[in-house]
Amino acid sequence: MPRRQSDLPLAAAVLALTVGAGLAAGAMLKSPPRRPPDSAPGRTARRSHFGGYQVAGRTVTINAPRSRLYQMWRNPDHLPDFMEGLAAVQVSGDEVTWVIDTPDGHLAVETRLVEDRENEALAWRSVDGAEIEIEAKVQLRDAPAGRGTEVEAHIAWRPQMGTVGQWAARLRGTDPKVRGKQELKRLKMLVETGEIATANNRKAG
Amino acid sequence: MRALTWHGKHDVRVDTVPDPQIVNPRDAIIEVTATAICGSDLHLYDAVIPGLVPGDILGHEFMGRVVDTGPKSTLKKGDRVVVPFTISCGACFFCQQQQFSACDNSNPVEKQEASELLYGHAMSGLFGYSHMTGGYPGGQAEYVRVPFSDVGPIVIPEGVPDEQVLFLSDILPTGWMAAENCDIQPGDSVAVWGCGPVGLFAIQSALLMGAGQVIAIDHYPHRLALARSLGAKIIDFKQTHVLEALMEMTGGIGPDAVIDAVGMESHGFSPDNLMDALKQKVGIGADRAHALRMALMAVRKGGRVSIPGVYGGMADKFPLGALMEKGLQIRTGQTHVQKYTRQLLQRILEGEIDTTFLISHRLSLEDAPTGYRNFHGKQDEWTKVVLTPGTKGT
Repeated sequence: MPRRQSDLPLAAAVLALTVGAGLAAGAMLKSPPRRPPDSAPGRTARRSHFGGYQVAGRTVTINAPRSRLYQMWRNPDHLPDFMEGLAAVQVSGDEVTWVIDTPDGHLAVETRLVEDRENEALAWRSVDGAEIEIEAKVQLRDAPAGRGTEVEAHIAWRPQMGTVGQWAARLRGTDPKVRGKQELKRLKMLVETGEIATANNRKAG
Repeated sequence: MRALTWHGKHDVRVDTVPDPQIVNPRDAIIEVTATAICGSDLHLYDAVIPGLVPGDILGHEFMGRVVDTGPKSTLKKGDRVVVPFTISCGACFFCQQQQFSACDNSNPVEKQEASELLYGHAMSGLFGYSHMTGGYPGGQAEYVRVPFSDVGPIVIPEGVPDEQVLFLSDILPTGWMAAENCDIQPGDSVAVWGCGPVGLFAIQSALLMGAGQVIAIDHYPHRLALARSLGAKIIDFKQTHVLEALMEMTGGIGPDAVIDAVGMESHGFSPDNLMDALKQKVGIGADRAHALRMALMAVRKGGRVSIPGVYGGMADKFPLGALMEKGLQIRTGQTHVQKYTRQLLQRILEGEIDTTFLISHRLSLEDAPTGYRNFHGKQDEWTKVVLTPGTKGT
């Protein structure tokens, strides 16, 4: 599979985040005594703003092989099954447009597939001039002791001129952090059980 | 259909509500033939468990006939089944460990947020309970939608009366797991606080597992008499100093294992319990944990503590020192019902366990509010209420 290396500043920022917040924290002048970096992922750092980017991410363990989960993410037909409010995903070569349902109608987020390592990782980044500057990445690792696959998803976005605030508000007022977590849980339900749990006693509509 | 719905503290009604449908592929629809009111339903009746919404259908102990199945259900129309109160997918890590009440996939995603905030993690879906456990419509109704019907429900042979097997849905496995959590060694002394249905079944189970003696603690004469009839020694806390008596009845050692089958609405007039009751009333402390405090004081050094009693929030003045210094082990949790139903059905069919002694009242579903009122207010005589849809009761 093609491997795409990123050289854009946004990707560099994301990479720095996953390496660990400790490095960045150590560089801050106002934090004596200097703390050595810890093992935690950067997005779990006490601060949530990293050089102009907001970061959210989550890991879930799913009882399935990496190849199955890679296919779930790679195939645009599967994505609306577990990503609530996602009306459709349009793919044209490397260009991926995410059509999101909002109370004000459809919102199209244009991205490009910037990383595609089979059964290991996928990443998408907004195209130049997109309404929202965002990068999303999914990484797949074998879980310990035969528990399946650890699926780690994170997004980094630049809150510019209130766009993201507006975008987030459009998404039913849900925090992207919570949203991402819930989408991973739905993916887990779908893969492990073949359905998504609901307490509704009757079909919708 | 007709269903018992919750409208607020001490306000339950039988309403007409829409019939359930098959929603997901593994669903089945059950026509309920028998359903019971559980002691934990009284926590909902008293509005001390968070996360109920007016109109919720209660009930998590039920059985009936399969009337409809989704394409992935393994049940057949006409099957008689008892349905575990825990909803479990059977496929996740926890289900594969047989920790069914910890199922990752049965509690709807959007309902998990409150549990994660309060408990750190979300537990499985449960029928007819808090929205923190999914808010699934319950079994005190004519029909129930049963998710993951290929995992939970156990098919009952024709000819076995409902009343002999109904309690496989919750309280019999709960009493059994409570005793199992005591890790009983031959000859052990086991003390059980609370002679309600779970306490009584725990007594029965502990004796079957080889306990040398089981000592039951309560204040209701009829419930104590039931405990004695099962083979337990009894302590009436209204006439006896429980801690002293337990020491004297165990050769000065203390019980090897203790079971708190009381939970968050403990009775009694000790100072700690009055303070807890006051705080529960004004909403600044959820759980009255008097029985558990006593159990921790009574159990021998290095002993085992089993907590089937339901708690929902925080407890004050918890004897953490006794727990640590005495080196106690605690085992607890919502019951992993699916782990136990098959072996317990076998024991019922072989005549080793009888659960029908518990039933004190049989009512029509239409009279369910009366059942709640009396099971709540007249606990001595009303030990267990079984409801039957579409009948007049006795």
